[in-house]
Amino acid sequence: MDYKLVPSVCPYCGTGCGILYKVLNDRITGVLPLKSHPVNEGKLCIKGWNAHAYVHHPLRLKAPLLKTEGRFHKVSWDRAIRTTADRLGDIREKHGPDAIGVLVSAKITNEENFLAQKFARTALGTNNIDHCARL
Amino acid sequence: MTNSIAEMEESACLFVIGSNTTECHPLIATRVLRAREKGAALVVADPRRIHLGLYADVAVQHRLGTDIALLNGMMYHILVNNWHDAAYIRARTEGFQEFSESVLAYTPERVEALTGVPAGAVEEMARLYAKSKPASILYAMGITQHTTGVDNVKAVCNLALLCGNVGVRGGGVNPLRGQNNVQGACDMGGLPNVLPGYQPVTDAEVRGRFAEAWGVPIPPQPGLTITEMAQAMMDGKLKALYVIGENPRLSDPDWNHLRHAMKRLEFLVVQDIFLSETAQVADVVLAAASCAEKDGTFTNSERRCLRIRQAVEPVGESLPDWRIFCLLSQAMGVPMDYNGPHEIMDEIASLAPKLYGGIRYDRLGIDGIQWPCPAPDHPGTPFLHKDRFSRGLGKFHAVEHRDPAELPSAETPFQLTTGRMFAHYHTGTMTRISQRLDAEQREGYVEIHPEDARELGIREGELVRVSSRRGEMEAPARLTRRVRRGTIFVPIHFGESPANILTSAEAFDPLAKIPEFKVSAVAVSKALQ
Repeated sequence: MDYKLVPSVCPYCGTGCGILYKVLNDRITGVLPLKSHPVNEGKLCIKGWNAHAYVHHPLRLKAPLLKTEGRFHKVSWDRAIRTTADRLGDIREKHGPDAIGVLVSAKITNEENFLAQKFARTALGTNNIDHCARL
Repeated sequence: MTNSIAEMEESACLFVIGSNTTECHPLIATRVLRAREKGAALVVADPRRIHLGLYADVAVQHRLGTDIALLNGMMYHILVNNWHDAAYIRARTEGFQEFSESVLAYTPERVEALTGVPAGAVEEMARLYAKSKPASILYAMGITQHTTGVDNVKAVCNLALLCGNVGVRGGGVNPLRGQNNVQGACDMGGLPNVLPGYQPVTDAEVRGRFAEAWGVPIPPQPGLTITEMAQAMMDGKLKALYVIGENPRLSDPDWNHLRHAMKRLEFLVVQDIFLSETAQVADVVLAAASCAEKDGTFTNSERRCLRIRQAVEPVGESLPDWRIFCLLSQAMGVPMDYNGPHEIMDEIASLAPKLYGGIRYDRLGIDGIQWPCPAPDHPGTPFLHKDRFSRGLGKFHAVEHRDPAELPSAETPFQLTTGRMFAHYHTGTMTRISQRLDAEQREGYVEIHPEDARELGIREGELVRVSSRRGEMEAPARLTRRVRRGTIFVPIHFGESPANILTSAEAFDPLAKIPEFKVSAVAVSKALQ
């Protein structure tokens, strides 16, 4: 049996409460508030106490999907990445880089947002980058 | 936020406007209530009778879209009673003369007529805010999601400057962010006009530095905002869209409009942890790991960069988003490779040095660091603008009340406002699948005043039909005096009764392009069974 507590941050609103994931044999069994955290000082709201509920949900996407004939099929990462890169490359070739838009996310990390906009501005060559700060 | 969450407990007055804090930011509401227990004054202004108002010295329900009138009305009283901080205004600000002249036109009678708030209450709000120092203003989307969103924020800033509350501990202008990393997404340049660290793409020197670091030239023209992208899709100019961890089909205004627009795309790729409403119509779906399955950082509302740590392995074959970007970039012929998120943070620190220059993983610990943190030995910054503003002097902006884009009419006599409720989050993708959260609220609802409901023959729990010029939806009625007469509220979390089928994609702030989610004109009737 492998049990550990992993410090992290609640995935919901912008308050940034410190949490501990309770992890038993590579599954998160619950969440605890971080007692000494400068933001929440050992407290959580109802969403925070349930911040793990979605992680192991059966509906989580487990592999990349490609739609053919209106239906999704599981494909390898290789194929999904190649298809995406080819299609984006074709559209850029035909219509220019500004025919592509990228919506980055307020749910992914700083490092990932940084790479997402770097990808848009370098690999695609467009500043058409936005996210849901306004929504 | 200019100031920190913990500092709220040191405020002598908290003024909360356009934020349903106890439901949407509960742990910030805890600080507000603690400050209240310590004797701070509490002033609440919200078109709905929110829970926090129960604890307030003054709580007012102003009409939707009259925030500027209310704030200017407060500042009228502050000026005529000489409650403003003249020394601070002289030393730290500019534009006071023009601003004060514009505010003096907001007489008590005019403000009462516009806002529906009694003149005496506005004066009491002004007195409490101006006479209790330091005073902190908290706001959220109730201020920003308007066609006057930018002017609303300017009015909030004017009030804080007028009383010398910016650049002081326990004071400040404090917008509460709605998503865990909306601050970070902005900081990292997830915007069409700025590179990481808010460095404008139109600045050749800035572009030069990034081009040198990345080995590729940076396009000089600002790109399209989300609101403009929808129009460009409609016009056939935007052919491909790459959506990462968002569900715009549910979260964006005017559902039908966006749905049609997305149909015109040649290629849609969605990267998410679930097959969201948007992912369902994609050509390719990239399976991402959740934030419990990877390392990285989030930056919260108070600019605190906090570490998240991998707790479990990614489910199935899903990959952390940063790995997917590297794979895609390489496939498109632009090398992108990192040994881990810590290396990406080192690059962020080097390219956005003023804000993140001193942020390294080995410094973050549990508490994180608040930016600006320009050097490895810099402790971080709990509150901004201490001795000077980023532009030098703080600027007063004269702003005027303007009506919302849609006013009630004979066909659409009700006003609709939208927002969140306590148990759910945004489009519900993450919360509605939690049994405990689902048990709190299973379906959408329409908050309506009991007397309006009686006139329409609607009883508690009966299906209500709400329609606007864009579309219609149905949900059970919730009779409550939380809303004013003539106003209804619909939560945004429920795809089967989507608030955003009603809202307008055409009504947005001209500068910020933020949609006017908080005010639409609608018709309300009992649904035919």
